[in-house]
This record gives sequence, structure tokens and C-alpha cells, in this order.
Amino acid sequence: MSTDVFTIAGRELHSRLIVGTGGFPSLDAVAQALAASGAELATVALRRVDPSAKGSLVDVLAKAGVALLPNTAGCFTARDAVLTAKLAREAFATDWIKLEVIGDEDTLLPDAPELLRAAEQLVADGFVVLPYTTDDPILARRLQDLGCAAVMPLGSPIGSGMGIRNPYNISLVREAVEIPVVLDAGVGTASDAALAMELGCDGVMSASAIARAQDPVAMAAAMRLAVDAGRLAARAGRIPRRTYASPSTPDEGLAEFG
Amino acid sequence: MIRVNGNVSQVSPGQPVSTVLAELKLSADLRGIAVAVNGEVIPRSDWDTYTLSDSARVEVLGAMQGG
Repeated sequence: MSTDVFTIAGRELHSRLIVGTGGFPSLDAVAQALAASGAELATVALRRVDPSAKGSLVDVLAKAGVALLPNTAGCFTARDAVLTAKLAREAFATDWIKLEVIGDEDTLLPDAPELLRAAEQLVADGFVVLPYTTDDPILARRLQDLGCAAVMPLGSPIGSGMGIRNPYNISLVREAVEIPVVLDAGVGTASDAALAMELGCDGVMSASAIARAQDPVAMAAAMRLAVDAGRLAARAGRIPRRTYASPSTPDEGLAEFG
Repeated sequence: MIRVNGNVSQVSPGQPVSTVLAELKLSADLRGIAVAVNGEVIPRSDWDTYTLSDSARVEVLGAMQGG
């Protein structure tokens, strides 16, 4: 696996797991889960500062040696997402942005037209854009054509833990684009992450599944193993599915007991 | 009346952005902070010189767990 490097926009990553920092009860919990996950990239949000807050998420990530991937969570329009991305670049000195433009609060599904608009503006402004998108191969191709560095299709709605509702579409997204595909949202447990990798995804992003697990550190370790296992399985090549059994033990030399 | 993160600020019009950070007891060299005034990004290099109007809506943002 050591030679199986994952590259986004020229940056080499040795872990194919991206961890979301949302939902952990404390910064200490974030640090422990990051260490167990092996992730080299973790998302952070931009919100009004709380001067009374103790500790700094930026410091926690720096100490863990994990690069920060700002997101535009909570933005409903291209305008707000672009402004948030610019503020994130100012705050964190990174051009990378996980672009989220949400359509409504019930589903938190992406708003495709606003997403395309924001992606176009941010690419033009020099950002490395990683858009959170639906599992639509046509939209993924549009995002690639605009110059996005990767696409992050959802398995199911954010925080739902419903896994990959349409594996067929994730495979189609993988076929539709040449840029990296990172399964984002919906991962509920390790097998969901393994399935994403087996479907050909280049990476998996997990936030709630780790942060809200009963034992987040153990789940972070499980996700790490699942992503590696799924990646190995995808490269190994699975056997075709068949309706009827196919004996794995040869009949030749079978005793006849009269 | 200048508002900072939705709250009325004691900072007087004509003062620079850095005054707002001081009011919040934030060090100007603090990493991971960004400022917008009336929906425009104010680069860190302008915090000492960009002065606030009476109607300024200032947002001071930082890293929060998310995503």
C-alpha cells in the first residue's frame, strides 16, 4: 500500500480517509480520533469566533500533522459560499475548499445550480475546489469541466448514516470523471467505507460516523482499516456475481462409496 | 452603530478593524481568524488601516469543528 499514493491537485496523500471534525464532544476527542484514523486531511468550518473558547482547533490539527480542509457548510447560495471560501483562505492560508452549497435544511442536499455557479467562481479565483455533490454522474462531469480538483458525491444525506443508497450511481460517477472521487456523507459504519472504495472511489470522507459512534477512537481505526481493505479489494478485482453455486473444491478424485 | 458578530460594539466609527479584535480580546497575530465588513473580506494586512463606518457590520470568524 505504501506506493499507492492518492493525489489531489498535486498533493500526495498517504491516507485515503478524510475526517470531518464536526460532532466530537471536545478538541481532545478530535485529536484522539485523528490519530487513530491515520487521516492527513480534516475538514473545519468557519463560524463566528467565541472569545471565551478554550483551545484552538487549528492548533490541534497542526499538532496532529493533519492538513486543514475548510468547508462552506451552512451556505445556501453561491454568493455566501464564495465569500466563506475567501474568508477561509484568509484565515487558514489555504486555497483548498470543500465546497458545500445546500438546498434545504431537511435534506442538506446540494443545490446543483448554485454549486456550479460557486465552483466556477472559485476555480477562476485560484481555489482548489472539492465540491460536495449528489451522486449524479452528469453533474460530476460538469464540475470536472469547470476545473474542480475532485468530486465528493454523497452516499446518502449528511449525518443520516444510511450508507450508499445507490451504489450503481457511485460507479457511474467514478466512470464519468478522471479527477478523484471521494465518497462524502452518509457513511454509517466501516463497511460503508469499504464499499465506497470497492466501487472505485479514491477516498472516503467520514465525520458523523466517527464522531457520533459510541467509541469514536475505535470507529476511526475501523474506518482506516475499511478504507485500506476496500482499496485493496478494488485493486484485487472481485469475482463476478453468479446465480448458482460454483464449487471451489474440484470433483475430480471424489470417492465413490457405492 | 457598529455591529460585531451581531452584537452592538463599543468601537467608535473611524476606528480600524484591529480595534474590534482588541475589543474581543483577540490577538491580531492569532492564526485562523478572518474578518468581513459589510460582506467584503478585509485582508489581514489591512486590519490596521481599514476604518469602520457607523453602519459597519463586522463578522469575525474562526475555525469551528465541522463537516
